[in-house]
Parts: sequence; structure tokens; C-alpha cells
Amino acid sequence: MTLGNLGHLLVILSFVTALVATYAYLRVTLLRPDSLELSAWKRFARGAFYVHAAAILGVCVTLYTIIYGHHFEYHYAWSHSSKALPWYYMLSCFWEGQEGSFMLWMFWQAVLGVILIRTNKLWEAPMMTVYTLVQAFLTSMILGVIIPGIDFKIGSTPFLTMREAMPDLPVWAANPNFVPQDGNGLNPLLQNYWMVIHPPTLFLGFALTLVPFAYLMAGLWRKQVIEWLRPALPWMLLTGVILGVGILMGGYWAYETLSFNSYWSWDPVENAVYVPWLVGIAALHTMIIAKKNASALKASVILVIAQFILILYSTFLTRSGILGNASVHSFTDLGLSGQLLLYLLAFIAVSVIISARAWKLLPTDAEEVSTYSREFWLFIGATVICLASFQVIIPTSIPVWNKIVESFGGVSKLAPPTDAITYYTKFQLWFFAVIAILTGIGQYFWWKRVQKGKMQDLLTPLWISLFITALLITFGGINKLPYIALLTASVFALVANMVIILGVLKGSYRLSGGAITHIGVALMLIGILWSSGYQKVVSLNGSGLLISKDDFFTKDDNKENKENVLLWLGQSTRMGDYLLTYRGPRTEIRDVPQYVPSSWLDIIEGDFHAVCLRDITVGEKTYHKKGDTVAVYPENVFYEVEYREPTGRITTLFPRAQFNKRMGLVVSPDIKRELNKDLYSFVTVGGNPSETEEWSPTENFRVALQDTFFVNDYVAVLESVTRTNAVEGVSLNPNDIAVKAQIKVLDKEREYFIAPTFAINQDRMVMRKPEVSEELGLRIQFMEIDPKTGTFSFAVNSKQRDYIVMKAVEKPLINVLWIGTLVLVIGFALSTLRRFREFRLIRDKGVELEK
Amino acid sequence: MKKIHIFGLIVIAIAIGIIVSTYGNASTYSNFTEAEELAKEGEKTEIHVVGKLTKDTNGQIVGMKYDPVMDPNYFEFMLADTNKVVKKVVYGSPKPQDFDKSEQVVVIGRMEGDHFACNKILMKCPSKYTNEKPDFKEATAAKL
Repeated sequence: MTLGNLGHLLVILSFVTALVATYAYLRVTLLRPDSLELSAWKRFARGAFYVHAAAILGVCVTLYTIIYGHHFEYHYAWSHSSKALPWYYMLSCFWEGQEGSFMLWMFWQAVLGVILIRTNKLWEAPMMTVYTLVQAFLTSMILGVIIPGIDFKIGSTPFLTMREAMPDLPVWAANPNFVPQDGNGLNPLLQNYWMVIHPPTLFLGFALTLVPFAYLMAGLWRKQVIEWLRPALPWMLLTGVILGVGILMGGYWAYETLSFNSYWSWDPVENAVYVPWLVGIAALHTMIIAKKNASALKASVILVIAQFILILYSTFLTRSGILGNASVHSFTDLGLSGQLLLYLLAFIAVSVIISARAWKLLPTDAEEVSTYSREFWLFIGATVICLASFQVIIPTSIPVWNKIVESFGGVSKLAPPTDAITYYTKFQLWFFAVIAILTGIGQYFWWKRVQKGKMQDLLTPLWISLFITALLITFGGINKLPYIALLTASVFALVANMVIILGVLKGSYRLSGGAITHIGVALMLIGILWSSGYQKVVSLNGSGLLISKDDFFTKDDNKENKENVLLWLGQSTRMGDYLLTYRGPRTEIRDVPQYVPSSWLDIIEGDFHAVCLRDITVGEKTYHKKGDTVAVYPENVFYEVEYREPTGRITTLFPRAQFNKRMGLVVSPDIKRELNKDLYSFVTVGGNPSETEEWSPTENFRVALQDTFFVNDYVAVLESVTRTNAVEGVSLNPNDIAVKAQIKVLDKEREYFIAPTFAINQDRMVMRKPEVSEELGLRIQFMEIDPKTGTFSFAVNSKQRDYIVMKAVEKPLINVLWIGTLVLVIGFALSTLRRFREFRLIRDKGVELEK
Repeated sequence: MKKIHIFGLIVIAIAIGIIVSTYGNASTYSNFTEAEELAKEGEKTEIHVVGKLTKDTNGQIVGMKYDPVMDPNYFEFMLADTNKVVKKVVYGSPKPQDFDKSEQVVVIGRMEGDHFACNKILMKCPSKYTNEKPDFKEATAAKL
């Protein structure tokens, strides 16, 4: 059996077992508790799910084997992988394709399913009914079966051979057994360590949103409308942290790899996951108070459903091709949009029906909630978070709206806002200023039980934070009202939550989770405020330029939007505080710790090896001898750019370009990380050193000493001709005669010396060693000496001088953002642990009672 | 009226405000003819124009100018919108990396005199994402 058949068989097996498990769990749920069949059905359901999980694992292993073994007869391996990739990037190949990323999602759901079965026997049957139904829908996405007759495609399988995937290729007629020599390779932008861990984390987050949803559905179904909260809450927290980390990793990857100049660009793809995450955060806040407050319980029901449905919606948005003209990202339309829509609508219907049936069972509050209660403030906080997410999802859904109008025969030509960053920032900034303030107030009401007329508790942090903010505004030069508002709110959040940890919780790490998380949020907001609001374009003559051209940000100091600068090789250009010099293209050898000049190597065409044209020496150590073959990353070119500060300190950055046959030039930034800022730079135009420029036709000059002549628009002077005993790269015999000419070439700012040699041996054999100046794009060869006239002749060729166009930006205080992220994750983890512990205690007590 | 109802009303009001503002801030998919009319009326709003790049028989894009030595922040090209109206488009940044491989592009900006000044270009490349027909000629020759 071929690997493809095995994979396909396992996919079908996993789909069937998911359906069987759904049916079996449904039977268990519907059987009366004293039924004799109960335990048998339960065992059967569990068995079916275990077989399903094993099949999913098998599917993943099979696909990875196909990729890892370079089985290019399979379309998936051919289109996503290549021989030159190291094993960890082959993992990225696995999830580069849509089928693979669906599999990753299923894999996590299978793993979580096994954990859920083993940890919660009480809720197992109803919860797993919902769970396995979702899993069955998801598995169908990779079935790759076409229903005959109606021509409806169910899923897209990754196990197609080249011939099945592309039957129209002329190759098959000539050679039916044709196997491509090498694969298409992985998108160079995905060849990054974040792309090895970001997708698994994000999809674990996706999978986790199902767990609270499944508990909720089970609770509503079995009329346990409050009880579901306890098992669901720790999972909701875990969802928040994992999905949040996944999103942030994506942002960090974009910052490091894409030259979008930002960690977040409010692209529809980003918004599509940001919204469900925010809604999940709102849900966990209402869930905390839902036992005491009926409004919060109702809100929790809606929000837990919403966060799960929104994940499906985001999948639909990004994979149906509907965003086509709205996003800079590329999407494949695998023809699954109908199926995705069905999936989405089915679960909306299921959740609406189940919650409508149970709605009247939900309690109502006997009395109004007091403005001085923790419930009130948490509820407000959750509401603001929801409004913030609503503000993002509405514009992001504009393409969907157009499609709906069109499907009813109308015409809608709405397009997303032209400047997404300005547009979303304008709103989100205010929402988050309010959220930041509420985190402080909320924590006070939660822990201190502030009472009516006793608001002075809040005054201390207020005064402290106003004082700190005033200092920051004065010395940080913050002068825009929205920024001042956000800063004040964030500092207040920081101070208030600190005071809670130190004053009320006395540093108890078990209870401090919430406060720590909120401190993380406040730090992130401060980091974002500076690194985005006050980023400074360095590659611009003159001072700073703000992020956008909108009036909102740049009332008075709008400057011309010329942010890219051209750097000639070896010529220094002043940019703001820096003196920038481009030092030339560099190549990375896999076992040499530093980049080496590209001219030292000759890359073997169509391979990932290169021949050394000279000894590879870095510092003292010689890594390879001339003529050795070394492994390189042939597509990558690193442009060495030197930044000299007024203090004389030199920083060298190596922004990268990849010359990819299929994708053209792909560039990635290089970042110099300092404590208080990042220096971020990327190349927008750069030459490919492996495509050597053509030299111009030879021009001949006959000149005497001290004569001036013009070479390629430069003024040149023949300074001297002297006898020399050593010529680099040539071994001279004692009787050989060698002379070296010293030619001075004047450029705008500095002068260069080019020294070609001319040698003659006993047998009157002549050697003319040309000298090349890459900086000037000149090659000069010493041709002849005429003793009679005292003149010397030179052959000169010229070419385009090497240059790059680049952009450099300073991002102040970006580390505050990353530190905030870390703090947020720690706080979240503490809260999650606390709630899991609570759940376990109650569960074990319950088990004892049953006995 | 209970507090929760007032609260609910405020939330609904904000939500409606968000929808209205989305509609107000939304751009439109349009064409060069409409862009010119807007410019004549003195409107400063920016619009999206979906268009195709004109290519010659060798697949080279026609009318494209980018000379970084002269000005690295000036890129111009010709674009035919959905009504086949061709206009010069000027982009005040370097030529986007994968522009040469693009066929359909979306430009965002407005008409300024004889050209369309755009500040963002979205590209649709027939990249490997769309599973373009691969070229196997070389590989086949090696095998046979």
C-alpha cells in the first residue's frame, strides 16, 4: 500500500470513528442512568474516540513522512517542500497548506478530547457528543471525496499524487511515471523559527475554544445551567492564554520577518482571530461572576457561544477566498467555502436551538446589581471588551456584506477603510484606555469590597498615577490628546494593580493572577503607545515622521512621505543621527558563525552548495580552504549596512533578501535590539550578487604620469608607476618584472585608489592583472608601457555601481511591549492553575459523595 | 426603568454608532472615471480601484517606470480598470517586491491631475498559492 493510500484510508477511518463516537455518546446521554446498556455504550463511545485519535495521529505521521522523505510524487510534498530544507522547516511545510493546518487543528482537538475523557467522567457523555460532532465536521475538511451526481466536493485531501492533482500536464503523456526532481519549496517568509511554533500554538488555541463551548452545550442540554461553569472556566482561561500567545507570536513573526514595519497591521487575517480572542476574554470575566449574577450568566452563555462561532467565522473568512480584494495576504480557495459556510451555519443553528430551549431555565436576579459591587464593574469591563471587538469585526466583515448584498441581486461596492492602522487605532485606543481604567477599578472592587461613600481607597493609586503620568508626559514629550489619555489610563492600571498585589494580596502568587495579567496589559499598552505612536523613520533626511498621514495623528508636522533611501556601496550617507554605509552583499554558510562576502563563494546552480573562491576566514579561524564545497542558503542575501552614531559607536545590521524563483524578491528586516529601542531596517531594492552585472565595452586610455583622464564620469589621475616585488595571488620568479600603477579616482566625497599590475617574465610573457573597485563599478587593466613616449595604456570597463534602497525605523520602548506580554502570560497561567485546582478539589469531593 | 435597561440602551447606541461610523469611514471599490469625477468635485476621499496590468507578448508589464537612482520613492505604472480605462498610477514608495509577477492589482488612493496617486497596492500574484501550472520542461528533459 502506498503512503497516499494509507493516509487516505486513515482520514476516512478518522471521519467514520468521529461519527460513530458522536452517535455512541448521544446514546449514552439519552439512556436512563440506571440502564444496563449504559456502561457498554460508554466503553464503545470511548473506544471509538480513541481509535479516532489514533487515526488522526496516523494521518499526521503519514503526511509528515511524505514530506520528510521527499516523496515528490505527492502534490503536497512537491508544492510545499524541497530537498534543501532542514527538518524543522519541514514541519512548517506540513502546515503551510490548508489541509495540513486543518490537520493540526484536528490533532489538537483529538489530544484535548483524550484529556477531557480522562479528567471529567461526570460530564463526559453530553460534552463529548458536541465535541465529537465538531471533530467530525472538521475531519470532513480533508476527506477529499466528490459526491457523484451533484458534483459537491467534501474536503480536500493532502494525499493526492501529482498526477491526480494536475492531470492535464503534458508530462504525463511522455512519461506517466514522472516524479519531480525537487519540490517547489517553502515560502521563504515561512522559513522562520516562529513559523515552526506559531501555527501549533494558534491552532491549539482554536481547538481550546471548543472545550468551554462543549461544556456549555452539555450544561444547557442537561439543564445544568449553572454547573457547567466550574469545569468550563479553567479551560476558558487556558484558551485565553494559548490563543493570546498564538496571536502575539504571529505578531512577533510579522515584525521579524515581514517588512510591514509593524507587529500588527489590522489586516483582516489578524482581525479575524483577534476578535474571538477578545470575546473569549470577555466571556471569562462574566463567567467568574456568573454564579452570583444572572445577567452575567446569560452574557456568559452568549459569549462562550460567540467565541467558538467566531473562530469558525474567522476560518471561513480566511479560507473561503472572500477577503480576496481586501487583504495583502494570499489565500487559496480550495473550493471548500460552501462546506465551511455549512459548518458555520450548522453550529450557529445548534447553539441557538439548544440555548433557546434552555433560556427560560436561566435564573433572573432578584434585585438590581449595586454600582458598588464587583459584579457591576466586571460586567462593565466585559461589555467594553465586547464593544471593542465589535468595532473590529464590523469593518472586517465588509467583504461578507458585499457578498450577501450581491447574492440578493444588489450591488454593494463598499471597501475596507483605506488606512487600516489609523482607522482601527482611532477607535481601539479609546476602548483600551477605558479597559485599562476598568482593570484598576475592577480589581479594587473585587478585593477590597469598596463601599458606598468609601471611594477614598481608590484615591491613592489615582494620585500616584497622575504624578507619574505628568512626569512621563513632560519628559517623554507626549503631546497628543489620545496618547495622553491612553498613557494616563495605562499608568493608572499599572499602579492600581500593583497596589492590590502588594497591599491586599501581600504578594500571594496564587491569588495575584488577575492583577498580574492586568499589569501585563498596561505594560503592553504603554509599549504599543511608544513603539507605534512614536516610531521614527531614520532613513529620512530630517526629523521624525509619524505613522500616518491622517489628521488625527499629524496635524502640524506632516512631512513628505519619502521614507526610503538609496545607499551606494561604500559611500556614507547621513540619516538623522546616523551615518549609514552599505558594505556589500553577504552570504550565510551553514557552519560559519558570521556572514561572509558573497564574492568569496560561487554558488552551484540549482543546489544548496557553493565552492569557496578563497579561504573562508572569520577573525582568526579559517573554516574552509579555497576550493572547498560548503552548504549555504543559496537564496538568501544579507546586505551589510553600518550605522555610525555621533559617539562613534558602530552598529551593523544585515537586512535580508531572498531571490526566490517563484516569488521574486522577498525581503526581511534585521533588527538591532537595544534596551530602550529597536532599530529596524529592511531593504526595498537590492541587487542579486549571483547575477553578475555586465561590464561595459572596453575603453582604452594612453596617459603619462600625473595626467588626468575621465573614466565613467569620474576624474582619474595616474599618480605613479612603481616596481613591485609582490602581486597578490601570483607567485613571481626572481627574474620577473612587475610594476604597479597607482590611479587616483575622485568621487563626490572621497578619493579611491585603483592599482592594476603589469608583469613580464624572462620569456617575454606578459601578465596583466586587472583591479576592480566595486564601490566605483570600475575595472582597470594595465595594458602596456611605452618607454619611448613615457606613456602607459589602460583598459577600463565600467558597470552599474552596487546599491540598495532601504528603510530604517526606530521603535522606542518596544521592549516594554514584550515584557508586558510575558507578564500577561505569567498572570494568565497563575489564574488558570488556580481555577484548575479549584475544579479538581470540587470534582474529587463530588466523586467521594457519590461513593 | 431598571439600570440594566439603561445600560442595554447605551450599549445598543454605541453599537449603532460603530456601524454608522464603519459605513462613514468605509472606502468604495470604484474605477478611474469615478475617481476623476470625485477629483473634479474637490473630494479628497480615497477609493479602491481594481485593475489589470497591461502586459506585452513576453509577459513584461508595459509602462512601468522605476529608477531608484533617480528617486527611490517614485514608481509609476499603467493600469487598466474594470472598464478598460487606462491611467497612469504613481506610487510614492519603492516598487513592491512581487509586482512583476502580479496580474490583477488593487490600488488605493485618488486622482491627482493626470495620474492616480496611490498609497497602497494590493497584489494578486499567480503564486504557488493558486497552484499555477508548474513548468516541468527542464526536469523532464533531464529525465528522458
